[in-house]
Amino acid sequence: MLAFLVRRLVGAFLVLVAVSFITYLIFVKIPGGDPAPRIAGRLATDQNIADIRQKLHLNDPFYSQYWAMMQSLFTGSLKSYSSQLNVVQEIKRGIPATLSLTIGAGIIWLGFGILVGVISAVTAGRLSDRVITVLALIGISMPVFWLGLISRYLFAEGHPLSFLPDGEYVGLTVNPWQWFVHLLMPWTVLAVLFIGFYGRVLRSNVLDTINEDYVRTAKAKGLPPRRVLVKHVLRNSLIPIVTLFGLDFAAVIGGSAILTETVFNLRGVGQYAADSVQSLDLPPIMGVTIYATFFIVLFSVVVDLLYAWLDPRIRPT
Amino acid sequence: MATESTTDFSLDSAAALAADEGGAIEGKSPWLLAWRRLRRNYVALGFLALFVVIVVMCLLAGPYAHHVAGTGPNDNHLGETFTRDGKQVEVVSKGGFTGGTFKAGGIPVGPQLWHAGGKYVFGADTQGRDVAVRLLYGGLNSLKVGIGSALICTLFALVLALIAGYYGGWVDWVIARFFDLIWAFPVLLLAIALGTALSINGFHHFGISIQSGSLWIPTLVISYVLIPYIGRPLRGQILSLREKEFIEAATAQGAGGVRVMFSELLPNIASSVLVFFALIIANNILTEAGLSFLGAGVQPPNPSWGTLIADGQSRIQTAPWLAIIPGIAIVLTVLALNIFGDGLRDALDPRAKVRIEH
Repeated sequence: MLAFLVRRLVGAFLVLVAVSFITYLIFVKIPGGDPAPRIAGRLATDQNIADIRQKLHLNDPFYSQYWAMMQSLFTGSLKSYSSQLNVVQEIKRGIPATLSLTIGAGIIWLGFGILVGVISAVTAGRLSDRVITVLALIGISMPVFWLGLISRYLFAEGHPLSFLPDGEYVGLTVNPWQWFVHLLMPWTVLAVLFIGFYGRVLRSNVLDTINEDYVRTAKAKGLPPRRVLVKHVLRNSLIPIVTLFGLDFAAVIGGSAILTETVFNLRGVGQYAADSVQSLDLPPIMGVTIYATFFIVLFSVVVDLLYAWLDPRIRPT
Repeated sequence: MATESTTDFSLDSAAALAADEGGAIEGKSPWLLAWRRLRRNYVALGFLALFVVIVVMCLLAGPYAHHVAGTGPNDNHLGETFTRDGKQVEVVSKGGFTGGTFKAGGIPVGPQLWHAGGKYVFGADTQGRDVAVRLLYGGLNSLKVGIGSALICTLFALVLALIAGYYGGWVDWVIARFFDLIWAFPVLLLAIALGTALSINGFHHFGISIQSGSLWIPTLVISYVLIPYIGRPLRGQILSLREKEFIEAATAQGAGGVRVMFSELLPNIASSVLVFFALIIANNILTEAGLSFLGAGVQPPNPSWGTLIADGQSRIQTAPWLAIIPGIAIVLTVLALNIFGDGLRDALDPRAKVRIEH
């Protein structure tokens, strides 16, 4: 197990080095020309540009440029050039909103996904099963930001069927109830996309597991059907769902969550990057890209370990 | 039905059985069998027809703008009026006091359907532009980016997977690490980063020159970020195929690398490639919409379904049709492709588990 952990961590470290180098290429090399005025953004002064040229060692060879970029990212001295705000601090400010959104939505989609999957497996072939398949397809076909806009239009304050507040994020420590009420709609919108999909995956897993020998044994020795379902079938069908959930949860932080935060104006990390697109302000996008990718790479190591712990068959020796 | 009642069911009796049904046993190719399965799947075919109708409608954007609506996608009609049922109506309301009651200004006219003789069928936007015309032109751009990036992405992923799987060794190692590396980035964030960086000066390297407002930028960005999502599963399939006897037989007959890759390996993964292609178009249309919604995809004044929703976002209370209508277009297109893709997979290989992760 320890060797596995070490090997996995070394691999992750190499990926991180490569990822940061690609980020350097995207932001400094690809556009071509002199990067200093570009990194400085539209509102930069000559002094800004000179600062950047000196700080990023733009007259030096590429490896020292790369090193300078990494230093400015990890010592937290990287600044946005349209607002002059510190990128690392802005990202830190956005983390509670982003984690509240993704963790809450994750709990909803996992919980309802399992419920829906079990129901459709138990009633396989009947109407409820077919309804779930159709809903799953519609769910993966909707743009999340559009669903968010429509729900704001229908259900948020000042709108036709108003019963929830409209967007914005309230800190959990500031007011737990307002935190919950404000996040309810973003959570649901983000989760809807996954519930049907998880239901479908779990359904096929359960249907595969039901035909296993040990399930027949459990039934033959006279266990009540509910106990067979929960203890023998479900427990084994859930293992692939855990891996899937880990991957999707990480992907959502760098994907659908950006769009959801933007639509509901939650001021999370993703929205911070998205807002910088309009002003072509590259440092925030660079910071968010590299931190989110680092988080996802390390998170996938954790998921692998969890998977090995849950399923002894794949545990390395 | 069979007239023979023998229980000895040998090959001869099978031939006799077929002869009784009016013909010898004919060899059916897997493609023919798949087509026969698909032909019975009316739901999948119906949604394919829906997709074709949407594509044809978007292709007719030019004639529609010219002959029906009488305006281009970027022509603004602020301060103008049009005739509706014999009355003059403002395209975008000027507001102010009329007859003692206050009316808010800057509100565009809503969907007219056919009441204005083909003008403003889906209403106008805040610039007084015809939403229906922009919807069709935007659809054309969304479809160009979606289908174009799907083509490029599938082609590159396929060639890389064939090379990696066939040659193995260090070639495979390099290509597999390349896939892993793109895979490590979150799809949308990498696309935003590339889209924004490229929208500054365009791309001018390796003798390729792309201007900053070009549709090629979102197309290439999306195809690049999604390559591992097709390349990785295809590589896996090829790695298991290349150990099979028929590859060994082909090599023993003196077939070279290109021949084995394209006439032995390719036909065996063609069905997966086809299914991936249908599903990735759907996925790419959604990615384009998200990118353009954030401003890192199709650049204004070029419309796309994503930019249309972004334009309508701030007007969701006063002019909800601006955001709702392009969204419905996206949902119908993507749903049609997803259902058809599912049907195609069931027809080509009922046991396959091909899935696009996102």
